[in-house]
Amino acid sequence: MNLILSAKNLSRICSYATVSVLFFTVPTVYADWQLNMREGVTEISRAIYDLHMVIFWICVAIAIIVFGVMLYSVIYHRKSRGAKAHNFHENLYVEIAWTVIPMVILIGMAVPATGTLIKMYDARESDLDIQVTGYQWKWRYQYLESGVDFFSSLTTPQEQIVGDAEKTENYLLEVDNPMVIPVGLKVRFLITANDVIHSWWVPDFAVKKDAIPGFINESWTIVEEPGIYRGQCAELCGKDHGFMPIVVEVKSKADFDIWVSEQLLAQAEKAKSAEKRWNLDELMVLGEEVYTKSCAACHQASGEGIPGVFPALKGSLIVQGDPAAHINLVLNGKPGTAMQAFIDQLSATELAAVITYERNAWGDSLGDIISPSQIAKMKQ
Amino acid sequence: MQTEYQEYYVPHQSYYPIVASVALFCLAFGAGSIMTAAENGGDFGMILLFVGFLLLFFIIISWFSTVAAESRLGLYSPQMDKSFRWGMGWFISSEVMFFAAFFGALFYIRVLAVPWLAGEGEKGVSHLLWEGFVNQWPLMTTPDPSLFKGPEQIVDPWHIPLLNTILLISSSLTLTFSHKALKLNNRTATSLWLALTVVLGATFLYYQVIEYHEAYTELGLTLASGVYGSTFFILTGFHGLHVTIGTIMLLCILVRVLEGEFSGDKHFGFEAVAWYWHFVDVVWVGLFIFVYIL
Amino acid sequence: MSTGTEQLVESELDTQEAHAHHGPAKGISRWFLTTNHKDIGSMYLWFSLVMFMTGGCMALLIRAELFQPGLQFLEPAFFNQMTTMHGLIMVFGAVMPAFVGLANWMIPMMIGAPDMALPRLNNWSFWILPFAFSIMLMTLFMEGGGPNFGWTFYAPLSTTFAPPSVTYFIFAVHMMGISSIMGAINVIVTILNMRPPGMIMMKLPLFVWTWLITAFLLILVMPVLAGVVTMMLMDIHFGTSFFNAAGGGDPVLFQHIFWFFGHPEVYIMILPAFGIVSEIIPTFARKKLFGYSSMVYATSSIAFLSFIVWAHHMFTVGIPLMGELFFMFATMLIAVPTGVKVFNWVATMFRGSMTFETPMLFAIAFVVLFSIGGFSGLMLAIAPADFQYHDTYFVVAHFHYVLVPGSIFSIMAGVYYWLPKWTGNYYDEKMGRLHFWLSFVGINITFFPMHFVGLAGMPRRVPDYALQFADFNAVSSVGAFLFGFSQLLFIYNVVCCIRKRNQATDRVWEGAHGLEWSVPSPAPYHTFTKPPKVD
Ligand code: HEA
Ligand code: HEA
Ligand code: HEC
Ligand code: CUA
Ligand SMILES: [Cu+2]
Repeated sequence: MNLILSAKNLSRICSYATVSVLFFTVPTVYADWQLNMREGVTEISRAIYDLHMVIFWICVAIAIIVFGVMLYSVIYHRKSRGAKAHNFHENLYVEIAWTVIPMVILIGMAVPATGTLIKMYDARESDLDIQVTGYQWKWRYQYLESGVDFFSSLTTPQEQIVGDAEKTENYLLEVDNPMVIPVGLKVRFLITANDVIHSWWVPDFAVKKDAIPGFINESWTIVEEPGIYRGQCAELCGKDHGFMPIVVEVKSKADFDIWVSEQLLAQAEKAKSAEKRWNLDELMVLGEEVYTKSCAACHQASGEGIPGVFPALKGSLIVQGDPAAHINLVLNGKPGTAMQAFIDQLSATELAAVITYERNAWGDSLGDIISPSQIAKMKQ
Repeated sequence: MQTEYQEYYVPHQSYYPIVASVALFCLAFGAGSIMTAAENGGDFGMILLFVGFLLLFFIIISWFSTVAAESRLGLYSPQMDKSFRWGMGWFISSEVMFFAAFFGALFYIRVLAVPWLAGEGEKGVSHLLWEGFVNQWPLMTTPDPSLFKGPEQIVDPWHIPLLNTILLISSSLTLTFSHKALKLNNRTATSLWLALTVVLGATFLYYQVIEYHEAYTELGLTLASGVYGSTFFILTGFHGLHVTIGTIMLLCILVRVLEGEFSGDKHFGFEAVAWYWHFVDVVWVGLFIFVYIL
Repeated sequence: MSTGTEQLVESELDTQEAHAHHGPAKGISRWFLTTNHKDIGSMYLWFSLVMFMTGGCMALLIRAELFQPGLQFLEPAFFNQMTTMHGLIMVFGAVMPAFVGLANWMIPMMIGAPDMALPRLNNWSFWILPFAFSIMLMTLFMEGGGPNFGWTFYAPLSTTFAPPSVTYFIFAVHMMGISSIMGAINVIVTILNMRPPGMIMMKLPLFVWTWLITAFLLILVMPVLAGVVTMMLMDIHFGTSFFNAAGGGDPVLFQHIFWFFGHPEVYIMILPAFGIVSEIIPTFARKKLFGYSSMVYATSSIAFLSFIVWAHHMFTVGIPLMGELFFMFATMLIAVPTGVKVFNWVATMFRGSMTFETPMLFAIAFVVLFSIGGFSGLMLAIAPADFQYHDTYFVVAHFHYVLVPGSIFSIMAGVYYWLPKWTGNYYDEKMGRLHFWLSFVGINITFFPMHFVGLAGMPRRVPDYALQFADFNAVSSVGAFLFGFSQLLFIYNVVCCIRKRNQATDRVWEGAHGLEWSVPSPAPYHTFTKPPKVD
């Protein structure tokens, strides 16, 4: 079992001990003692924040009364002070009172909560629809009106995660392609998943909805301030659940429109690159890049996989066998397993590169080249 | 108290529980290794499973024989009798909840999940993912027929299932007659009615096997034919399992009656089996209505 | 039957005759073959302690990993196994068996019964557990690792996407289910059928009442758990599609069935705790429990309500609006009967004559800290707010407050309270109090900061987190180690109490009332073989 990550651990444990001793005296580098929920940047998020605070203070008040009475008895009704036990053990009126009063308080809480919930469920009349699909372990955003379609995954380098490099500001909360939405417009999210259940959550919008494979959940937001907002997948979705962040860039409507046209242009460009002739070395370089980003999470950089869960590609019969079967598997995945379809995730060039890479890396080089144009044809 | 207190019998030691636990372990581990076996785990699993069954069988027989023997020796007070009754009663309640889980699944799928997938109701947007899928029950075409091919036909409720309903209901009646006869100490009638009950139970099972065979070979209705097949087989399958167990229990009771056990006023073993059998019967009526007819 | 069996039966009966109504058998067979409720109770309690240590060590591994951002000790894949196993072991291996152990020891003595109603079945309920948990723990060493999908094992992560060992996990759950159901049947039958004349229902000690209701919950929900894991098994191995939309099923169906079991399950872990605390507080306040009958009604209402609130764990899965509202209201309602209980405890202490021995300290801490957990539960119940809280450390804080200083503290309180009766010796009071204070401080340092990181947005079940959560996580980890190591004192104290002679009186506590205090300390191997007189 690959329990221990590196040999540095022993010294780490020692330094931990010291750190924990110093902890309460020395402020640490990441001084950010945020205590409370974020108010966020939407009407709903503020309504929720208010609800949260109201209930919180009600609970505090009840706690003060109840614990206060208790503390009083603990102090004054102790035997060592000579307190004698009284002999009452029932009182109908008191008992009715402390049943009815909490009931009334609860109704007081339920009313505003119901109002907020009804608002949150009203996903009608949106200005923009985005289908959000959770994959192990990345998000796909499809803009239903304009046809913009891309994947978004973590960019924090592995060195930072394992502690070989200094952690930067947005550690674990940065992605390659953020979702972009316009400010002030009602954006509807159609949330679903490709494999297991994920949950799309941006705290500042107070949007959290589970992504259920095979079903679509609706949610919406109207963001009031432009900016960059960060969130994370909130439902355990396997090994890298902690590593699938969400970044949303909110832009003015004009900037958003520019972004859309840029995206469409870039998508067309990408499709075209398949027409170029690629040689083995070029494909291997690109292939390694793609492999690290898209495949290594499961099959591992070494191609050895994780026994029992993700098969090894090194020495795999499919990888070394008939190219057609191999291509088919990578393009369409294997339904009902974690092996997803990559046909929409990667461009024809990237697909060709990664398949070529698989067939030639790890010492079992077959020397064959899968050409991008070949894949491009299959993609159509 | 009116009557004199008879001491509550507490056996001093017993190796049945620990051996029964070992048996369960063998069954679980054996079944586990068979199901996950790549190449070699299978044999080992088979052996374990076999050992587990053997042990369990042995323990059940000796445990119950001991109880019967203790009863004969007069160790059991009326209070003990009551303990057995409560125990059996609550055991059957837990069985009811076991079936409730499957019925719940069936209702949820019919009333909510399938309509949503087909574009109806509050989560009808899900239809975007399954274009062309329509709401129907029995579900003849699944949302993704390439993964789960729907059944070609379903079981006609008015043939075998109806026959089976009649069989089971009459078996409940015959069992009641047998019980009545036992109370009157009419032992011949008791064993005759009881034997008839066993035959009815066995016939039920025989027809269920035929029905399953047809479902697999002719109707294309299998465990894997989408959620209709799934709910159909899990409900009828676990019911069938219970009928099997019930029939075996009836058979044991029959043997004991023939050996001259049970008296008109003391025959809890008989009653417990009868309760179980009626429970199985009631579940069947639920199945007949919700799985076959509706 | 064959003659072989007959001989066996006879030899079994012979041993019975020979030994009837003496002390315990000699040697190891005492534990393997016993039918005595006290022996079985002890075995349950020891088993639970071992599981608590196992699950606790996993928790410490989790906390060590989360001490700082970045991956230090555990691979993410293994971290998930630790989270899952920690939850499963604590819930099914530590808390539930501990309560069953206490029930075994105390219920017969409290109601004046000679033993549990079905003694052999009782031993079976226990012995299934070690086997079930060895299967469960073995999965960690199998190819692909053990269960890694959370203790809630949501499909399809736990079906289509699970490691092969999930099959063993399913069978282990089946076994635990059998054990719990048999145990619950025994409790119910004992309470309903084994009371001596005069012990009417409304005279039952509250621990007995709460256990009776807990046992009903067990009987009604454990089979549902068995049903849902069976469906998983079918989906994994037999091609069914209960939890797969492609065949017409629904992953959310899994969650509905699971939580139909799961929510009552959390009350299974707290109702006996209520009972223990309701025994201890009157003893040390030297005053009768306030509102006995309202306690009984409140417990029953909580049990009833627990069946209609399950979807509050699923507010974000996309339940239709009406469902969402229904489950929100029903959940909030639970605060009312629970409040009644809390108020009753406080009223019992009010104008009492209190002393603060270790059991009382734990009981008072229970009332305060459980209520804090209850308050955060109420906040979670507000559906719109739960969209922000769900699956964050705020939830983790909530349930550890109700489980650790809730269930676990009540178990410890109960053990300290009844230990002199079991062993005949007093435990070391000073050490007990030290254990209490270290635990009290440790628990709050561990779990209070989790509220903050949760609200700030830290998701649960992650091996690594963004930098802004670092400080409070470090605090939590320090607290966890403090709390964890303090438990060594508890173990030491218990062991010493069993071995050292420091003869306890029969009554043990000045203010104690009830049948269990009328028998000698240590309680003889067989108590109440003749029904006692109850007035
Ligand atoms: C012993 C176990 C236990 C207990 C007793 C409770 C008690 C309660 N729980 Fe908790 N809960 C868990 C164990 C428990 N819970 C666990 C393990 C989980 C997480 C599972 C997982 O996902 O892994 C969970 C999760 C959980 C959720 C889901 C959160 C989420 O995932 O998003 C919710 C939501 O409603 C909830 C609510 C409640 C409520 C309302 C109570 C109430 O019973 C509390 C009632 C008590 C009080 C309110 C305090 C005392 C009352 C007064 C002093 C009276 C006056 C008060 C008022 C009028 C406010 N719990
Ligand atoms: C009754 C139940 C119970 C109990 C008692 C505990 C006890 C503890 N839990 Fe538990 N926890 C759960 C039930 C429980 N937990 C559940 C249900 C989950 C959810 C799982 C999921 O997400 O699926 C969870 C999840 C959970 C998480 C979140 C994991 C995640 O989301 O990734 C964390 C993180 O800190 C945590 C920490 C702790 C700690 C520090 C303790 C401490 O109180 C433990 C202290 C005890 C000991 C340390 C053992 C005793 C010590 C000794 C005998 C001394 C000897 C020991 C040493 C020398 C090491 N728990
Ligand atoms: C989320 C996990 C995951 C990711 C990401 C992933 N795979 Fe896989 N892959 C799997 C699993 C699981 C299987 C085994 C499927 C099965 O059960 O047959 C698999 C199987 C394969 C196989 C067949 C191996 C064999 O011998 O059976 C190949 C080839 C393959 N993947 C290539 C890739 C490539 C190329 C990528 C990236 C572009 C990739 N995979 C990304 C999980 C993944
Ligand atoms: Cu995706 Cu968690
Ligand atoms: Cu709950």
